Amino acid sequence: MSGRNEVPVTVSQDPWAELRRFTAARIAVGRSGSSLPLAESLAFRLDHARARDAVHAPFRRADLAERLRTAGIACAELESCVADRGEFLTRPDKGRRLSERSVNALQGLEKGCDICVVVGDGLSARAIHENAEAFILSCASMFGQAGLTVSPVCLVENARVAVADEIGEILRARLSVILIGERPGLSSPNSMGVYLTMNPRVGATDEARNCISNVREGGLSITEGVRKLGYLVEEAFRLGLSGVGLKDRMAEGYLPFGLPESAITGAARKD
Amino acid sequence: MSGAHRTLKELLAKASPLRSGDVLAGVAAATEEERVLAQMELAGVPLERFLEEHVVPYEEDEVTRLIIDTHDRDAFAPVRGLTVGEFRDWLLTDVVDGEVLTRLAPGVTPEMAAAVSKLMRLQDLVLVASKCRVTTRFRNTIGLPGTFSVRLQPNHPTDDLLGIAASTLDGLCYGCGDAVIGVNPATDSLDNIRRILDMLDGLISRYAIPTQSCVLTHVTTTMEAVEAGAPVDLCFQSIAGTQGANASFGVSLSLLQEALEATRSLSRGTMGDNVMYFETGQGSALSAGAHHGVDQQTLEARAYAVARRFEPLLVNTVVGFIGPEYLLNGKQITRAGLEDHFCGKLLGLPMGVDVCYTNHAEADQDDMDALLTLLGAAGCTFVMGVPGADDIMLNYQSTSFHDAAYLRRLLGRKPAPEFAAWLESSGVMDGNGRLLPIETSNRLLGLPGAVRGA
Repeated sequence: MSGRNEVPVTVSQDPWAELRRFTAARIAVGRSGSSLPLAESLAFRLDHARARDAVHAPFRRADLAERLRTAGIACAELESCVADRGEFLTRPDKGRRLSERSVNALQGLEKGCDICVVVGDGLSARAIHENAEAFILSCASMFGQAGLTVSPVCLVENARVAVADEIGEILRARLSVILIGERPGLSSPNSMGVYLTMNPRVGATDEARNCISNVREGGLSITEGVRKLGYLVEEAFRLGLSGVGLKDRMAEGYLPFGLPESAITGAARKD
Repeated sequence: MSGAHRTLKELLAKASPLRSGDVLAGVAAATEEERVLAQMELAGVPLERFLEEHVVPYEEDEVTRLIIDTHDRDAFAPVRGLTVGEFRDWLLTDVVDGEVLTRLAPGVTPEMAAAVSKLMRLQDLVLVASKCRVTTRFRNTIGLPGTFSVRLQPNHPTDDLLGIAASTLDGLCYGCGDAVIGVNPATDSLDNIRRILDMLDGLISRYAIPTQSCVLTHVTTTMEAVEAGAPVDLCFQSIAGTQGANASFGVSLSLLQEALEATRSLSRGTMGDNVMYFETGQGSALSAGAHHGVDQQTLEARAYAVARRFEPLLVNTVVGFIGPEYLLNGKQITRAGLEDHFCGKLLGLPMGVDVCYTNHAEADQDDMDALLTLLGAAGCTFVMGVPGADDIMLNYQSTSFHDAAYLRRLLGRKPAPEFAAWLESSGVMDGNGRLLPIETSNRLLGLPGAVRGA
């Protein structure tokens, strides 16, 4: 109204910005009129660009296998039958089945373990790169102390969750566990999911699985994820089933298999 | 292409506008020409044929039995003599208004709705849907003309109650939450579900908000929560269009009936007893290996027959959530969202759309803006409201509180009337539906403190 130097108000601030300490959600971002202020709009666009890039990042399978072997854990390096990342995204059926080479590789392994452990890149290899090693070291320690036999860790490139059904079936495992990169979120491109299936067989569907999601720094911690997995494995063996019939009623701080706390957290401190 | 001998199932699939899920299932037309020729053939199919020839066998599938056994022949009478193509033209005529469509709804089968939608352009889907009137009630009235509702979706990756409360406050201050305040929990344990239900119930009571809460867990868990005395307003479940796909979700029609009765037994609604909240999405049946060779859009419409059996408060199609293997890009997501909304409304459902995409789909915010705006024009009942469009728990992008405010402002729509009155008395919105600046003295700002104190 007065001088040329007076700048009009373009963004109304929201007076609850201090609540951002409780959540990573995009709250209290203010508004221009009723619309999103430009700075927020561009920040979103940048995060989306990064997440798009994360989807296409390759799985460093050999690297993870080497680190696990160094820690004394046997590995099998496998892949699904998709040709490339593009096909992986549009052909989930192929991501659920092993390549012929991988099937042959599995045939040579010992059969009849209690648990087969699988790691798949899924939709975020980054989630696996950041979380899988520590998680496996912890749960291998827990399963070992509980007296359960575990397969070599099967690392599968271009994997969907159900690829663990085929692996479990070939290895004749009583139960399968797969660690897999979840679809990347804008602010969590590194979130790992863990799925458990009793009596794994090709063709099993989601109602037969239990899931632990959001394992990552800032989400569910590795110790809590392993604790939950221990509980679910115990329950699955007790009930003889997994999935919707297995309700998660775990109490806080539960100690699976009657083991001490160190059995869950100990191996995570390996170095 | 011996048209005369082609099954309805095959014809519907070939006539379906291109989408990756039908290609994945191996049921799509091989060429553009084949697709259009199939649409021309479909246009000549009498609607009555849908009552005789079932895309999924009656003997094998309880959803087919539900569709056929509950079909209302009297309601169907006005269109009984029409072909699918004539049905499309008739729907667009001026004599077909909201009242006519409401009376017709029980006479339309999902397959008829899917068939006619395949012949329609986007503007047809928008126009006919905009004529449909569907109103439902629990603690407020959803779906009235001139209104547009929002599910407030305050998810948090570890179900932290203060985090959920902070996002809830954010949404309420943008006028969202009249459809439901609905949390997708990160963990499905009964204790955790109860904890969230108690918190949301406490907020709704403390601030006397005329809305309902929901924790979106499996029906069996919700039924356990009901039994344990938890404050359950709405019962949520994901559903699909075949018995097998529903089985993969761990549900059946009889289980849903039990869930409906258990939830209604609490009598927590003050305006009505629509207590169910369903979510659907094209591709779920194929994903479960239970698609019977039927195209994904027809199966999606069949899920609406399941939904309407249980008189839901809300139904929404989570259109772009399932991923690029079912809907590849913005174009396919847009078309699917409008088809689902149209089919749901034609069948008489309070249809909302989760306008969304994942980071592995070929889509972005521009695609969401286009679909949201088209849905607003189509009279969509509700959309999701997620802080900044970024769901930090489910890892996908939906619509934001700002998006909802944009649409209300653009089209002059208001929240459900009871909720609008509450927003006005709470200093969030004026009588014209414009957002007000939130004063630092506004009592809503104490909301997270109320959670902490609880």
